[in-house]
Amino acid sequence: MNESVSPLGKDLIGLEHLSSEQILSILDTAEPFKEISERRIKKVPVLRGKTIVNLFFEASTRTRVSFEFAEKRLSADTVNISSSGSSVVKGETLVDTARNLEAMRIDMVVMRHGSSGAARFLAERIPSSVINAGDGQHEHPTQGLLDLLTIRDHRGPIAGLKVCIVGDVLHSRVARSNIFGLLKLGAEVAVCGPPTLLPVGIAELGVKVIARVEEAVEWADVLNVLRLQLERMHGGYVPSLREYNRIWGVSRARLDAVKKDVLVLHPGPMNRGVEIDSDVADGPHSVILNQVTNGVAVRMAVLYLLAGGQPERAEAAKQGGDS
Amino acid sequence: MSDKTLLKGGRVLDPSQKLDGTLDVLLADGLVVGVGKDLGAAEDARVIDCSGLLVTPGLIDVHVHLREPGQEHKETIASGARSAAAGGFTAICAMPNTDPAIDDPAAVAFVAAQGRRAGAARVYPLGCISVGRLGERLAPVGEMVDAGAVAITDDGSPIMNSGLMRLALEYAQTFGIPVADHPEDLSLVMEGQMNEGLVSTRLGLRGKPNAAEDIHIIRDILLAELTGGHIHLQHVSTRFGVDAIRQAKARGVHVTAEASPHHLVLTDEVVDGYRTEAKMNPPLRSAADVAAVRAGLADGSLDTIATDHAPHHYDEKEAAFADAPNGIVGLETAVGLILTRVVGEGVIDLATMVERMSCQPARAFRLPGGTLREGSVADVTVLDLGAEWIVDSAAFLSKSRNTPFDGWKLKGAPRYTIVGGALVWER
Repeated sequence: MNESVSPLGKDLIGLEHLSSEQILSILDTAEPFKEISERRIKKVPVLRGKTIVNLFFEASTRTRVSFEFAEKRLSADTVNISSSGSSVVKGETLVDTARNLEAMRIDMVVMRHGSSGAARFLAERIPSSVINAGDGQHEHPTQGLLDLLTIRDHRGPIAGLKVCIVGDVLHSRVARSNIFGLLKLGAEVAVCGPPTLLPVGIAELGVKVIARVEEAVEWADVLNVLRLQLERMHGGYVPSLREYNRIWGVSRARLDAVKKDVLVLHPGPMNRGVEIDSDVADGPHSVILNQVTNGVAVRMAVLYLLAGGQPERAEAAKQGGDS
Repeated sequence: MSDKTLLKGGRVLDPSQKLDGTLDVLLADGLVVGVGKDLGAAEDARVIDCSGLLVTPGLIDVHVHLREPGQEHKETIASGARSAAAGGFTAICAMPNTDPAIDDPAAVAFVAAQGRRAGAARVYPLGCISVGRLGERLAPVGEMVDAGAVAITDDGSPIMNSGLMRLALEYAQTFGIPVADHPEDLSLVMEGQMNEGLVSTRLGLRGKPNAAEDIHIIRDILLAELTGGHIHLQHVSTRFGVDAIRQAKARGVHVTAEASPHHLVLTDEVVDGYRTEAKMNPPLRSAADVAAVRAGLADGSLDTIATDHAPHHYDEKEAAFADAPNGIVGLETAVGLILTRVVGEGVIDLATMVERMSCQPARAFRLPGGTLREGSVADVTVLDLGAEWIVDSAAFLSKSRNTPFDGWKLKGAPRYTIVGGALVWER
């Protein structure tokens, strides 16, 4: 690959500070990469010789595996570090962990961390590219991107679409990346959920607040349904999971009550019967597994672009002609 | 032979006597012996030329954390006292949230002794309100006062139990000391890391609402009103809080309050980028709150400027935002910040600055000083209002460097700090 300046800059920390052009270029770059995963031999030499560390301070299956597939299908060398059994649990600070990795000469770090701002903190301290795989309650940019790609696949250009994020926005990094990305691309964005789980000042970000999920279904072209973490009930934010499902759950009856065809996304993992009913998750409105498939392509695109690849050369790079 | 110092030809500004003019100040044997025009120097007096400089009663900071005992890697009583002197302070009040906490007379005496040994700014210990700062039962207040405590507080931990606060406000009246409280309702703060608002929402950091502070301020005022005790509210940062204090004073409640330099010049926008050097408690608030704290300082609702000097080792602040401790150092930037950004922007005049940084802290905590009246302690601060300088944390005398003001251009700096007639610091 031609080593040139990445159109994204050194790191991918969040969608808030990307331009709409940068976001679109990631989505466009993901298009040719989709096909790699459909091949019999799912491997191209785009990132041959690159070393990538997947540094996960919080449990994750979907995101970690998705990144790992993306990296391996682009021929990068990868190492996985998770918090249990690593030096992290021995009390090493984030700075020291990062510096030690850097001392082994790596090219990129994909990091998930429980503290908001951790990805930026790391990015400011090491020369390697940092990809944020979720930092606390801040952002999860590749999830936001794969949501955008999935919406675009099914509903065409994002501009003008009405997208409502339903659920625990307060604690959700997925919500923030969606809000920032969708607004940049010209969507109308709303949030709907218990007021105890909506952050103060959310409307000032330029989103509409919808009180009841029935109204949200009526208003929206697309629903992005967030996971309700079970701790929230213990924290007293909602009285019970049953009540949450009654009042805020996305059910088939609620979708059938409107004439139009609403698209339903969920970042996973789902609590069936809590925020989303099984007949929705498994039904015709759902594109939840398409999201997962797109996740690999979007992450390939991000890895390729951060390594200095240019969007217009992605097709050639994939064929091995530009490696 | 007596030890005499003559401060010659400075502009002497002493609001306690409504003095403002080019005068000499003569100090002898640790006391002010005269202020007047062209005081003839006794032959054995040491003369300090103060022409072109501002001579004020020594500045007093009623809210600093010196970290000793227990966290001497952040600060010691000696380094903190030197840092204070370098910032123009002749006296400081040491918070008792050390390890162990200062909750018995032996610990109070230790802090006082370490302060005397430092030979820089005077160090006045505060004792805890409750044993172990646990908020459960009163510490031996009377014995601590006998050992040198000038006030009680569980600073850093608000007294959540209103019944205990009532007892403290009643009991402390025997000794004529204020009860200082860090006003914050912890049940509203939860995992809050910064001011609650648009910035916290964008950054995905949990917020602390103004109401957490407001409720506690109101509660403390009500209890002071109930008991007749003296409540001292620390580092007030909210617009409602300032207004509540203003109204309480109008009703005659015995309440005094602090404003911190950072709450007078910074908003929560500074936290953007997850800047841990802007993480403090109470947090930096909105522009409307800053305006209210400024107004409160100007009209006297807030009595004192206190730095809440809170040293932390550099690697403790070198962390993700939620994992970093609260607080910034403030002793060596306070004078420059207040002169440049508060007096310089016309919020208060110089005389009010001296009121808030010297006269009123002395009055509120019943400390010696805060005046250049004949017979008072010879604690004097001499300021150079024209000195332009750039904040360089590497040059701090404090052991810690955690400041959001690094690189700020300021105008006005301390030139001489005189404690008990001895020159303890000069620039």
